[in-house]
Amino acid sequence: MDHIVLVGASAAGLTAADTLRREGFTGTLTMVGDELQLPYDRPPLSKQVLAGDWEPHRSALRQDTDIQRLDMNLRLGCRATGLDTEDRVVTLADGDRLGYDGLIIATGLRPRRLPFGHDLAGVHVLRTLDETLTLRAQLLAGPRVVVIGAGFLGSEIAATARGLGLDVTLVDVEPAPMARQVGSWVGGLVGDMHRDHCVRLRMGRHVTGMTGQNGRVTAVTLDDGSRLPADVVVVAIGSVPATDWLAGSGLPLGDGVLCDRTCRAAPGVYAAGDVANWPHPVAGRRVRLEQRTNATQQAITAAGNLLSGPAEAVPYAPVPFGWTDQYDAKIQTCGWCPSDATVEVVDGDPQARKFVALYKVDDRVVGALGWNSARALREYRSHLTGNGAAR
Amino acid sequence: MKILIDEGKCVGAGTCVLAAADVFDQRDEDGIVVLLDADPPHTSLPQVRDAAARCPALAIEVVE
Repeated sequence: MDHIVLVGASAAGLTAADTLRREGFTGTLTMVGDELQLPYDRPPLSKQVLAGDWEPHRSALRQDTDIQRLDMNLRLGCRATGLDTEDRVVTLADGDRLGYDGLIIATGLRPRRLPFGHDLAGVHVLRTLDETLTLRAQLLAGPRVVVIGAGFLGSEIAATARGLGLDVTLVDVEPAPMARQVGSWVGGLVGDMHRDHCVRLRMGRHVTGMTGQNGRVTAVTLDDGSRLPADVVVVAIGSVPATDWLAGSGLPLGDGVLCDRTCRAAPGVYAAGDVANWPHPVAGRRVRLEQRTNATQQAITAAGNLLSGPAEAVPYAPVPFGWTDQYDAKIQTCGWCPSDATVEVVDGDPQARKFVALYKVDDRVVGALGWNSARALREYRSHLTGNGAAR
Repeated sequence: MKILIDEGKCVGAGTCVLAAADVFDQRDEDGIVVLLDADPPHTSLPQVRDAAARCPALAIEVVE
């Protein structure tokens, strides 16, 4: 194998590069990314960077010298626009064609948008560093913020905006924040925490429109007819896998790039991170994980499998792990925390906001959640192991 | 081998403890990494490297 191309220059792409070099790949390595910045980390964007606690450069995934040591052709600020799996060629927006022996797809996600409102100034999404810095500048200028979508990201943005002293309303169609991710019971506790910090919650409500004046947003309207005045609106209603550039490539696409158990999508082609969808051997179904830890873990497995070849490839069977930081709460999940699970507190006290809860489906433990209980949660995590790759 | 940790970056995922329990632990109160052995024996190197590679906050640096 002489030339490996990595499409995607964030956590998964960079970890793949690291892994390939660490495992002895000495051939040509090309990394393609549609943003101009050197690889940076995304979890701090909605927290430390948006809050202004970190200078943007602190979110860099590596020092410049470590990037240089990987000896890559960096094609940053250049979008991949097409893939030909027959001839093994990636096409770039500038017309360049990159032949490859091995390819790792790590293009991540694009934020979903509402069918209205995004043409108005003051309406934002948050995925990239640039978007974060733009949003921060807007937040500092406008006191009334409406966050649409109360998943992990929207809830974090609401908490950060409150930390900046702003007037924040959080809207979601679900009955509680993060209910889709951690169920309505823990979601209720998350909602209580936001109320304690004087965030106005409008749960169980659809956004029906936005109004503007002179091209700038002035309000968000809800399905009960209420009108939320807004200087800044953040739309955090989830994301879609960035697979548009793969149309016509022959790769199996669905909710992401459809891989096999070893993260392989086609001969010589692997996927890792938010964009990869694969049959999880322990879960017994296809999954796609939008979690920072998964970006690293899956890239290590995918890169290793690309080098070793299909005969030696190992299945990828991690215990999913995610976290969110809001106010003084660190909420961590491992395994699966489906909204229809039975939730049982096994450690600590929810009233004291320090506890571990297990998620059970049909009396089987499928996941665990820790609220300010990182160390205790780790003990339970070991009961959820998938296989050797499950860390 | 020398291990440097950045507590300000640590997110308390505990991935390092799962990779190298002889070298890393977590504080009870907030889950932040605790270095049990800043200069572990050379035989621990593969586990320590693995811990550094898998850390979701890139808070571990291994100087060989």
